[in-house]
Amino acid sequence: MATAEIRHAADEHHGEESFFRKYLWSTDHKMIAMQYLFTGIAMALIGGFFAFVFRMQLAFPGIEVPLYGMVSPAEYNALVTNHGSIMIFWVAMPVLLAAFGNFLIPLMCGCDDMVFPKINRLSYQIFLLSAIVLVVSFFVPGGGFGGAWTAYPPLSSIGDFSLTPLGATLWVVAVALEFVAFLLGGINFITTAMNSRAPGMRLYDIPMAVWMIVIASILFMASVGPLIAGAIMMFFDQQLGTGFFDPSRGGDPVLWQHLFWFFGHPEVYVVLLPALGFVAEIITTFARKKLFAYRTVLYTVFATGILSFTVWAHHQFISGIDPRMAHIFTITTLLISVPIAEMMFVYIATLYRGSITFSTPMLWALAFIGEFIIGGVTGIFLGASGPDIFYHDTYFVLAHFHYTFFPIAIIGAYAGITYWFPKMFGKKLDERLGKIHFWGTIIPFNLIFLPLFVLGQFGQHRRIYSYEAFPELAVGWMQDLRVLATLSLIAMLVFQFVFFWNFIRSLRRGEEAGENPYNANSLEWACPSPPPHGNFAVLPTVYRPPYEYSHPDREQDFWPQWQKD
Amino acid sequence: MEYLPVVSTYAQSIDDAILLIAVLVGFWTVLTFTLFFWLIFRYRARPGQRAGYVTGEERQPKRFITIAHMLVLVCDVFIVIAAIRVWVDVKQTLPTAPETQTVRVIGQQWAWSFVHPGPDGVLDTADDIKSVDELHIEVGRPYIYELVSRDVLHDFSVPAFRLKQDAIPGRIIQGWFEATDTGSFDIQCAEMCGIGHGLMPGRLVIETPEQHAAWMARQGQAAGRALLASGRASG
Repeated sequence: MATAEIRHAADEHHGEESFFRKYLWSTDHKMIAMQYLFTGIAMALIGGFFAFVFRMQLAFPGIEVPLYGMVSPAEYNALVTNHGSIMIFWVAMPVLLAAFGNFLIPLMCGCDDMVFPKINRLSYQIFLLSAIVLVVSFFVPGGGFGGAWTAYPPLSSIGDFSLTPLGATLWVVAVALEFVAFLLGGINFITTAMNSRAPGMRLYDIPMAVWMIVIASILFMASVGPLIAGAIMMFFDQQLGTGFFDPSRGGDPVLWQHLFWFFGHPEVYVVLLPALGFVAEIITTFARKKLFAYRTVLYTVFATGILSFTVWAHHQFISGIDPRMAHIFTITTLLISVPIAEMMFVYIATLYRGSITFSTPMLWALAFIGEFIIGGVTGIFLGASGPDIFYHDTYFVLAHFHYTFFPIAIIGAYAGITYWFPKMFGKKLDERLGKIHFWGTIIPFNLIFLPLFVLGQFGQHRRIYSYEAFPELAVGWMQDLRVLATLSLIAMLVFQFVFFWNFIRSLRRGEEAGENPYNANSLEWACPSPPPHGNFAVLPTVYRPPYEYSHPDREQDFWPQWQKD
Repeated sequence: MEYLPVVSTYAQSIDDAILLIAVLVGFWTVLTFTLFFWLIFRYRARPGQRAGYVTGEERQPKRFITIAHMLVLVCDVFIVIAAIRVWVDVKQTLPTAPETQTVRVIGQQWAWSFVHPGPDGVLDTADDIKSVDELHIEVGRPYIYELVSRDVLHDFSVPAFRLKQDAIPGRIIQGWFEATDTGSFDIQCAEMCGIGHGLMPGRLVIETPEQHAAWMARQGQAAGRALLASGRASG
C-alpha cells in the first residue's frame, strides 16, 4: 500500500468512530492487543484471588476466608482447577502470545496491520466468549469443574464421579473455544511475519520477539489438533453418553492423557518462547549489546520446538503406561535440557562487555533469567524416570512449574508491559513505583515457592485441601512453611496494586515518551507513541539486523534498523 | 525435623539418584548464577564507558557456549543411566522369591481398601483378610501389589517407600515393595479423584512376622464372629 493511501486511511478512521466500533469492534491490531491485554489482566485477578482463597485454606484449615467464606472440599478442588486453567489458558496465552503478538508483529515488521484483520477481530471475540463461558461455569448448579486442570477422565467425563456435570462440560467447551481463538490468531501472526515485512527485512533481520511468537504459534497449531479432538470426545462422553474414555464400555482413560500432554508439553514452550523473545529485546537494549549469537538462538529455538513434541509422556511415567516407554521419554526430556541451557547461556553471554542500566524492564528481564534457571534445573529431577516415582504429583512438581510459569506468565508479562508501555500509551511509567513493584513481587514469589519445594521433598501431595488427616504431614514445622507461603502470597498480591496505581497514574500524568525513549533499534520505535491507525507515517525500509548496539564504526551506541546510514 | 524415613528396599536407591542429580545440577546452577551475577555487577553502566561489540558468531566466544553444552550433555547421560537403573528395579521387575505374597490394593471414591492373603498366604481364598484404610504387611517379606480402581483414577502413594502408581479402572496394575523397617506410615492418594480426594488417608502398618501373625489371628476371630452373627440373624 502506498504511503499516501495509508495516511488517508489513518485520517479517515480518526475521531469518527463510535465507542463500540473503536473499542469493541475494532480490526486495528493495537486495539485487539489491548482487548487481549485487559481481558488477560482481568482473568489474572480472578486467578490470583482463587490462589489467595485456597492458600488461606491450606495455611489456616477451616478458616472463614476474607472475601470468600468457608472453603468446602468441592470448592477447594474447583478453585485449584480453575486457578490453573485460568493462569495458563486465559492469562499466559492472551497476554504473552495474543496481546504482544498483535501489538508487536505489525510494528516490528514495519507494516500497517495484520494480514487478516477481520479474522483477528473474530479471534478476540471467540476468546472473550470462552472467558465468559468459563466464568459462568463457576456459578452453575454443582459449581465449577474440580477435576484438576489436566481433567483426567473418567472423573471429568462422567458426571456421577465429578458431581459437577455442568461445570465440567462448560470447562471443556471454554477450553475448546479458547483453542479456536488462538488458532485464528496464530494464522495472522505467522502470515503477517512471513508476508508483510518491511522491504529489506530478511529472515535474519526479524527481531527475536517476533520470531519467538511465530514459532510459538507454529508449535501451538501443530500440537492443539489432537487435544481439540480429545475435547470433543470428552464433550460427547459427558453429554451424549459415548464411552471414549470409559473403560467399562471399552474406552481408555489413558488416551486422554496422551492427547492432553501431546499438546500440554509444547504448550509450555508456546508461552515460554514469547517471554524469551521479550527478554532478548530488553537485555540487548539495556545492556547496549548485540544479541549473542542470533542464529544460534534461532536454531536452538527450532530444536527446542521440535524436541518438545517428543517428551510428553514424562507427565505420565506412573500413569500406567508401559514402563519400558519411560526410558525413551527420560532420554528425550533430558535432551531438551541442552537447547534450553544453551539459550540461557546465550542470554547471559549477551551481558558480557555490556553497559547495563537497571531500568524496571531490565530488572524484570534479568529476574526472568534467574528464576527460570531454577525452574529449569528442578525439572531435571522430574524428567528422570526413577526419581519421578517419588516426586510425581508432589509439591516439588508444583514448585517446579511455578518457577517456570511464573517467570513466563507474570515476570515475562511485566517485562513486556513495562518495556513497551511508552509505545502503547505514549507515556513513561514511573521508575520508582516500578522498582517497588518489582521487589515487592520477586521477593514474596521466592518465599512462596521455595518452601513448597521443601514440602514436596517431604512427601506432601498436591490438590489435597487439608493435611490434618495425614500424620506425617500434619506436623508443626510443615504447617509453618504453609503459613509462610500463604503470607508471602498475600504480600505479593498487595504489591500488585502498586503496579495498577503506577499504570493509571502514568497514563494520566506520566512523562511524554517520544518515539524512541530507549534509543532502541527495532522498527516499533520508528513510529509515533502511541502509534496511530496505520502505524507508520511512512512505511519504513530495513537496512540491518535488529541488535546493532555499540557498533565500533558509529558514534552513537545504537543503529536503528530503519536508518539508512 | 528429620527427613522422610527410608522404609523400602529401593527407597535408598531413589534417594541416591536424587542426590546424584542434585550434585550435578547444583554444580551447574551455582556456576551459572555466579557468572550471571558477576556479569551483571562487572558490566553495570559506568559513565564514559561504552559497551563492546560481540556478535557471538566469532569462534572464541562461540566455543565457550559449545563446550558448556557438551558438558551438560555428558551430565545428562549420567542422569539418564541413574534414572533408568532405579526405574527398572522399581517398575519393571517383580520379586520371584518363594516367600513373596500378593496383596490387592483397591482405590475407590473415597477410601482405600485392601485384601490381604491371610494365614495361607494365597489371595482369593476363604481366609483372605479385607480391611479399609489400613494395609498390614510383614517387614522383610517381598510383596506384589495388584492395584485396581472401582471408579476413577487414583494413585497409591507411599512416600516412606518412595513408591507411587496410578490405579486405572478396568486394569490390574502390578508392582512390588519390600519393607525394611517396622512402623506405620502414610498412604496418600496422589491423583485427583473428586470431592473427597483430600479425605483418602490410608495407613501402612509394617509389622514383625510375630505381630503380623497375631494381627491375622485377631482378624480371623473377628471375621468368624461376624459370620456367626450374620448366621444367627438369618437363622
